[in-house]
Amino acid sequence: MAMLVTLKSPIAAIGREVLDFTQHLGRLFLFFMWGFVLIFQPPFQFDKIRQQIYFIGMKSVFVICLTGAFSGMVLGLQGYYALVKYGSTAALGSAVALSLVREMGPVLTAIMVIARAGSSMTAEIGIMRISEQIDALRTMDINPMRFLVSPRIAAALICFPLLTALFDVVGLYGGYLSGSALLGLNPAFYFARAQSSVEMSDIIGGFIKSIVFAVVVVTVCCFQGYYTHTRAEFGAKGVSISTTSAVVISCVLVLITDYVLTTFLL
Amino acid sequence: MTRSPLIQLQDVAKTLGANRVLDGVNLSIYRGEITAIIGKSGSGKSVLLKHVIGLLEPDGGAILFDGRLRAAMTPAERKALRSKFSYVFQDTALFDFMNVYENVALPLKERNALSPDEVNRRVRDKLHQLDLHDVEQKYPAQLSGGMKKRVALARALVTDPEIVLFDEPTTGLDPIRKNAVHSMILDYQRRFGFTGVVVSHEIPDIFFISQRVAMLDEGRIVFEGGPDEIQEATAPEVKNFIQGLESPRDDLTGIASQSIGQNRLLQEMSRLQRYQIPFSIVLLAMDNLEDVDRIAGHVVGQTVFKVFANHVTQSTYITDTCFRFDINKILVVLPDTNEDQARDFCRKLARTMRSHALFGSIESVKGFCYSVSAGVAQAQQGIGLDELIAAAGQTQAMFYECRN
Repeated sequence: MAMLVTLKSPIAAIGREVLDFTQHLGRLFLFFMWGFVLIFQPPFQFDKIRQQIYFIGMKSVFVICLTGAFSGMVLGLQGYYALVKYGSTAALGSAVALSLVREMGPVLTAIMVIARAGSSMTAEIGIMRISEQIDALRTMDINPMRFLVSPRIAAALICFPLLTALFDVVGLYGGYLSGSALLGLNPAFYFARAQSSVEMSDIIGGFIKSIVFAVVVVTVCCFQGYYTHTRAEFGAKGVSISTTSAVVISCVLVLITDYVLTTFLL
Repeated sequence: MTRSPLIQLQDVAKTLGANRVLDGVNLSIYRGEITAIIGKSGSGKSVLLKHVIGLLEPDGGAILFDGRLRAAMTPAERKALRSKFSYVFQDTALFDFMNVYENVALPLKERNALSPDEVNRRVRDKLHQLDLHDVEQKYPAQLSGGMKKRVALARALVTDPEIVLFDEPTTGLDPIRKNAVHSMILDYQRRFGFTGVVVSHEIPDIFFISQRVAMLDEGRIVFEGGPDEIQEATAPEVKNFIQGLESPRDDLTGIASQSIGQNRLLQEMSRLQRYQIPFSIVLLAMDNLEDVDRIAGHVVGQTVFKVFANHVTQSTYITDTCFRFDINKILVVLPDTNEDQARDFCRKLARTMRSHALFGSIESVKGFCYSVSAGVAQAQQGIGLDELIAAAGQTQAMFYECRN
């Protein structure tokens, strides 16, 4: 009997982990749905959504341009030296454009926004939680989910595709800079190949990815902040751990969902 | 008296983690009254308050509003109920990313029932009433503790709530600000007639602004009644708590220390000026303490004084303070008492001292003699504390003597 228990225990442990994980995903999903539905509850919180768009979107523009430009440049550089061996440097435009639109644009944008806005979302909501400001909202008959989470979800859904598009465009010019301006590839070839090889379905695929990433990032970051009081650690320590795990979990989830989505979209 | 309570808690129980914080709380809160909840730190007072407003749901028991069970209400009814409440948090819970004006305006704005002009008017009104109009552009982090409390109060009152819950509104404030917050609560309660629940440690001050007092201990209500009744409460946990809070005792004499007494005098003085609540002092002096010291030694002298102090303490009420005023003098502060009542107190004290052999066998020692004299004075507005004590000294007359 004891033997049976010993044999079963690793399997039970795996089962427990899987159940915990599934439960956690379920909670995240419900959290998102709840916040999402409340976006549409009248009166519309236009001002708060606008502020969040400014914070998540507008303030990320510089960092997205910077990372976009260098990603494009490095793609141009690597692509050029890879293609020059086969004498097909003319294909550089396709290589840069496709990898930007399909993969690098959505993923790197998501990761940059996690670093810039996601972490501060978690910290802000977490501090409001531990200093009872969320309870204070509830005592004023203000739904904290609607007040804090919904505008962020709405803003993220709007900003992620736009930032991704910006990243793609800047990246394309980055590739042009290193491939044509520095290494001497004919710019006409570069842009013509970029234009002809990117199909509408690639662009739509990229946008679908960016919207899914928006959902993942905003849900994980708000969730970690909102439930920071349920952690074993309290106060500032709790908020710092929540912020760290928000960043780590959302980065990992972005890369995992990217793989899953790619298999479906290809 | 068959008033029906506005809020009624029946056998409310709550376990947080491994702690059974509330263990069957029964409490009634009546319309238009201020109910004070007192109790040791960590006895679950804040948790109780959060159950009243619905931030926490009880594990067991029921909470009724106007005789209706909250658990049985529809979401719309609950929402309507919640909009009647306001809550003042222990550490204010102001929104630290908003300035004072935005903090106070938020509950009105979010309700969307008023035009922006009306919101603006009400917020400015409230800020003006609470003397906050100078700081409306400042952020909570730029304000002092007392000011933050006032902003929190403004935010709680701006919606004209029917029920206001205060979680230790005066913790961490100096005595003058404490009095100001108390008088503000009382003043607003009189003006707007809300029902108040105040969790507080400020004993006895809280008794002056509340109509009902409930004491929470070990997750249960151990006392519920008027503030006069609690002073005569005999249950040891109530008595110990109130006296313990009132005066950390001087080990030597068993009565309050001089600094506590001086503080108490200042508090009473400001209460007199604010609410015209009278108070009297009695100055008791042991006239021959030096003789006792000389004949029987210093230790005996101290013991004699201690026993004497003990007798005085026993004849005072819970809210009275007695403290050592001088090497051989005890000053008794009697709140809410006029001069005649203070004289009654002296007569009662003299009677008890006569009926008990004060120091047992010591009194029969040859040459042992001492006497006690008392002076009484009632505080008047505009007369300083020193003059008051001097006045008490002038009326001093011997009322007990022992001579062998």
